[in-house]
Amino acid sequence: MASYYDDGRRPLRTWAVSVLSTIAGSALSLLPFVAQSAVWPAFGLLVALGWRMLRPEMWGAWVALPLGLIDDLIGGAPLGTSAALWTITFLAMDLADHRRVWRDLAVDWQLAAVAILFVTAGAWAIAVFSGGAGPLWTVAPQALLGALLFPAAMRVCAALDRWRLGKGAATTF
Amino acid sequence: MPPPRHRDRGFSRRISNGLFFGYVGAVAGIVAAIALVLVARFDPVAFQGIRGLALDLTAPFSGVTRGVVRGADDIADRTSGYFAAGSQNSDLKAQLAEARRALIEAKVTSLENARLKRLLGLVEQGGKPIATARIVGSSLSGQRRYATLSAGGGEGVRAGQPVRSAEGLVGRIAEAGHGWSRVELLTDGASTVPVRLLRTGQPALVAGRGDGGLEVRSTQSGAQPFHRGDILVTSGTGGVFPPDLPVAVVTASNGEVATARPLADAARLDFALVLPEAVSAPPPPVGGR
Repeated sequence: MASYYDDGRRPLRTWAVSVLSTIAGSALSLLPFVAQSAVWPAFGLLVALGWRMLRPEMWGAWVALPLGLIDDLIGGAPLGTSAALWTITFLAMDLADHRRVWRDLAVDWQLAAVAILFVTAGAWAIAVFSGGAGPLWTVAPQALLGALLFPAAMRVCAALDRWRLGKGAATTF
Repeated sequence: MPPPRHRDRGFSRRISNGLFFGYVGAVAGIVAAIALVLVARFDPVAFQGIRGLALDLTAPFSGVTRGVVRGADDIADRTSGYFAAGSQNSDLKAQLAEARRALIEAKVTSLENARLKRLLGLVEQGGKPIATARIVGSSLSGQRRYATLSAGGGEGVRAGQPVRSAEGLVGRIAEAGHGWSRVELLTDGASTVPVRLLRTGQPALVAGRGDGGLEVRSTQSGAQPFHRGDILVTSGTGGVFPPDLPVAVVTASNGEVATARPLADAARLDFALVLPEAVSAPPPPVGGR
């Protein structure tokens, strides 16, 4: 990742904002409510996907690994759940980028929706495998809500991106 | 917009090496993460240290904001009460609702009374609680039903200990950090509690369904069917849970299988008690060692 833009000056803000905002998204699950089923979308994933769609060249796929691990630690999921699923998703995104000839919001949204469904179903499967979880339908609201909220997450990322880069945000990194 | 050309290798060896090792790292990471999942499957208490540390670092956030949320609840209640006072109609409705609630409470109290009468003399068996703590939050987007408790290893809380509130059993400790711990609620898909029916004394198992409900299965063949409103209390069989803690009330019955609702609603709890693990006689040693 660094090799591509390594011109000797990458201020802290340019890379820390994206990482910290993803961690903040994961930390949204710390809000002090006690839920009886998983309705809260995985905001950490939404923000990570938002950055991935907005700046495809910014992160290598491996960045999803530590971010997912932090998401696991914050959310209390079996360690490795998000780390594996997010990294697989990011690798798949790279493959998709190689193949597609056009990108706009609709295509990004579709890809993100598939990714969110995959990660939610995968997290459910791992929870079943490693102890116990409810029936599959209990995670459907979470996945749907996540897919619907994705453009909002992308807007948040875009606003942070403009602040992160300051002037001339559209063309420089 | 054309797709990004960022993954073009171009002619720079440095860039293509960077991309290559990035992918190698990602794939190796996936393998390592899957290994972690396997560890979690076969040794659920692994990595308690790092998980407890993460819990200690993140839980205070829930602890602080919990007060704000409860305060906001109170303000909302008071505001709506102020507006309702303007109209006698809603005032009367509120009174009616209050009366209904009181009626239900009276019914519960009479049940509780009957239960306490039966339990008199058995209370001495329960050990002293290890810690009294606040429930501050839960894993909102996770698949497991965990709640966060403001007591941890520093107070003597260990994984496996049962947790109760004034209303009844809440769950058991899944993992403990130094100052905070996670409670596996009764409704978690992995939770199973041996209980008995208060009415008949017949043994049953209460298992979490993961969707907020509980499933009750009789462990007797040809047992009497459950009735709606039946109270289930822990039987104490097999240790861990002390006997005679109220657990759940049956909401719908389908013969030998019934659905139930926990008596202690984790979403409305403020305080919970951590109890010592009930010890049962150890099983006789199997020969050979």
